[in-house]
Amino acid sequence: MTDTLLAVEDLVIEYPTRQGPFRAVDQVGFRLARGGSLAVVGESGCGKSTLARALVRLLKPTAGRIVLDGTDIATLPERRLRPLRRRVQMVFQDPYGSLDPHLTAQQIVAEPLRLAGVSDRTERARRAAELLDQVGLPKSALDRRPADFSGGQRQRIGIARALASRPDLLVCDEATSALDVSVQAQVLGLLQELQEETGIAYLVIAHNLGVVREISTDVVVMRSGRVVETGPTADVLASPTDPYTRALRRAALDPTAIHGVKPRRVLEGNRT
Amino acid sequence: MTQTTTVRHDDQPLLDVTDLQIELVTANGVVRAVDGVSFTVGHGETVTLIGESGSGKSTTAMGVLRLLPEGLAVLSGSVRIAGRDVLADPDAARAVRGRTVSLIPQDPMTALSPVHTVGRQLGDAIRLRHPELTRAQVRDKGTELLGRVHITKPETRWKAYPHQFSGGMLQRILIAIALAGEPDLLVADEPTSALDATVQAGVLDLLMELQERTGIGMLMITHDLGVARLVSDRIHVMKDGRFVESGPAEQIVARPAAPYTRDLLAAVPRLGAWDEDEPLVEGAAS
Repeated sequence: MTDTLLAVEDLVIEYPTRQGPFRAVDQVGFRLARGGSLAVVGESGCGKSTLARALVRLLKPTAGRIVLDGTDIATLPERRLRPLRRRVQMVFQDPYGSLDPHLTAQQIVAEPLRLAGVSDRTERARRAAELLDQVGLPKSALDRRPADFSGGQRQRIGIARALASRPDLLVCDEATSALDVSVQAQVLGLLQELQEETGIAYLVIAHNLGVVREISTDVVVMRSGRVVETGPTADVLASPTDPYTRALRRAALDPTAIHGVKPRRVLEGNRT
Repeated sequence: MTQTTTVRHDDQPLLDVTDLQIELVTANGVVRAVDGVSFTVGHGETVTLIGESGSGKSTTAMGVLRLLPEGLAVLSGSVRIAGRDVLADPDAARAVRGRTVSLIPQDPMTALSPVHTVGRQLGDAIRLRHPELTRAQVRDKGTELLGRVHITKPETRWKAYPHQFSGGMLQRILIAIALAGEPDLLVADEPTSALDATVQAGVLDLLMELQERTGIGMLMITHDLGVARLVSDRIHVMKDGRFVESGPAEQIVARPAAPYTRDLLAAVPRLGAWDEDEPLVEGAAS
């Protein structure tokens, strides 16, 4: 990893609860190269979404460092964070709840451009149209509102909005898990194309190992806030070393890898 | 069916659906959600309807159970559950639901009432089948059912509320409630879609174990080809209210005939080989 874009070191995030602080992320560390793609895998409650929210500084870590291109953003005050926010953008899990229902697709995508200082209205509209075209939406989509789109189309709008400020890093928090498989395949294809075109780096939060294999070169496996295994995606999926990673791998059902009629043995090792 | 099953059963399938059509009345007019599907489910069999959102698979399942809102859904064709036509006779639907046939609903977090204990809700299901039981007997039967779905220390869980359980445990409780009616047929509507992968594996294993032990028939609804391939004898691939392809699970995945099935399979991200793969022994299973 010669050219590190993002380095996370000893990151700790705690939530206050009545029983005292709950440690959602515990001493997590990893590196992501410029233009690379890293997946964070784990089941619900493992802290992966908390981690994602900290990376875009929607919440402030309790301890540790998040070094973006040489600057530690973990504790930066909002005023100094502002110019850096442009460089890390997020695609959210829920394509229904993450778009303003009152705005048109073009307005949704144009909004970050205004924040980025593009003051000319027609220029913003032109760029927004360009971005929507880039994510594969037709011209007729410009003036329509979120309710008029399918889940996959909405996720494309979310991606266009994230790309509007030309970020170096896109954090995708379960960006395809609410989608049908065929739509998921399209969105994954789009993300790969965009990476080839623009050299953007991805940090992908996912629970689906198949998705992870498709989109990432490296993977971090989390459980109960801690990293249990890390390595190149292909190696980790082919021969996981941690027992938890093995359980995850075993539980992932690839239809083409199943043999026999109703083979209950496939589930062996996951009996609870 | 060449093998000998219990004499009472082998003359008719548990569920026999012929040319089922369902039209739904929506704000934008009438939509034909299910457009002439026919299938059967026999004892000990799992038959799966697979499709993407809007394909009509859940509507089919709800229609079979007559759980679609009366007046907003128009059903035609025939649906026979253990020989009784539930479309022609609404009383038959009420008579078989919770007894001959049970539903495992999709979302374990919202399917149970949050203000009643798990014991109360499971008890209601037991009493529907066995109104003669005393309170203590209902409780004994209930704890036994919870044990069967692998809830540890069921006696201590009887008075717990749904929010005190994890999603996987709630799904097991829903399965226990479905089993309370001692059904011959289970309709499972995306029973594991809301669950984590390892929890899903546990629930699927439980369903397969139940079927091995009791010979219950299952109609499974899922959008997950991996789940469908694992648990099914036969699969019907559904799109726009119709079956585009039907066949044994192995054949649908290994040799899909319809272009849509091929596209669906191609869209599933591959996992690649790993060190626990079993060596391929031909003829081991068939």
